[in-house]
Amino acid sequence: MTWRTVGATLRHPLYRQGVSDMLGAGVGVGAWGLVTGVAMVKSGMSVPVALAMSLLVYAGSAQLAVIPLLAVGAPLWVVWLTASCVNLRFVIFSSLWRSYFVHLPLRQRLAIGYFSGDVIFVAFMKRFPEPRPAPEQVPYFWGAASINWLAWQVPSVIGILLANTIPLAWGLGFAGVLALLGVLLSLLFDRATWLATAVAATAAVAAFALPLKLNILVAIAAAVAAGLLMEAVERRRQGRTQDGTP
Amino acid sequence: MSSNEVWSLLAILGLAVITVVARAFFMIPEREIPMPDWLRRGLKYAPLAALTAVIAPEIFMAQGALIGSLQDARLPSVLCAVAYYFWRRGILGTIVVGMLVYLPLHIGLGW
Repeated sequence: MTWRTVGATLRHPLYRQGVSDMLGAGVGVGAWGLVTGVAMVKSGMSVPVALAMSLLVYAGSAQLAVIPLLAVGAPLWVVWLTASCVNLRFVIFSSLWRSYFVHLPLRQRLAIGYFSGDVIFVAFMKRFPEPRPAPEQVPYFWGAASINWLAWQVPSVIGILLANTIPLAWGLGFAGVLALLGVLLSLLFDRATWLATAVAATAAVAAFALPLKLNILVAIAAAVAAGLLMEAVERRRQGRTQDGTP
Repeated sequence: MSSNEVWSLLAILGLAVITVVARAFFMIPEREIPMPDWLRRGLKYAPLAALTAVIAPEIFMAQGALIGSLQDARLPSVLCAVAYYFWRRGILGTIVVGMLVYLPLHIGLGW
């Protein structure tokens, strides 16, 4: 990417659209970043190491999962295996990203992968529900991704630097939960999506005792199955009302 | 730099590689990846399921078990946040309303 294409991306109206679509949820992402920054330093990590972790790893849920492992000096393969499992949902997301971005050069695909968090993914899929490439998708992605990066990194760095003055007991991290809740509610529009969410919530709580956050994968599998089942039922019902036979 | 910090930085570099590989995973191969049609349709439920799975334990559980008490600041907060969302459809307002209910109950009453 040359500076000229970067400039064109920044001026694109869809870049601004991506920015504004992420602003609301960005507040919640920021609260979560702040709490993660504080948690890293409180676990005994030095400030430079915590800064390197925030700026390089850029994955909140994986960071929170490995912080206690790093604090006790767990073997590297345990740390990496844990992060890989927590990140498995992104592997599933990447199969959907592929339909939009596979025509781009590999370096850009890797960059898009690195900067694509949960909330960006949801915003993007809402804006572009049809899984086929369009030129305005790239500026939209970078608009959403740059706000998400700032919303995460600035509070995270503040949290690292001011770890001993920000009280975790206040529960500020709950703002992150509320942000994801708002994003989730925006995805619920018919019986199949509501059912899939109810099933996912039940499965995630029921399978919570599984190690390595594998309850997230159980919940995804259960919700996909429930959603497909619901679609099949609806199709059969429609078929029946159309031609009068089951 | 202490050996402990070198070890931490090595761990962090590996974690950064994991972030890229996991998030770009199916975007990496050039060739078409065959995927059954039912799976392609079913995967559209993956994002909402992942979001639900991340937040449901944060709302309904404490210390690894379902919460047993209604005196928990999270429940009224979530109820008000959901009500606000369906009234106004704004995510920022949902966060603000939820926190306005949560913080006084949590800090003030210790719920």
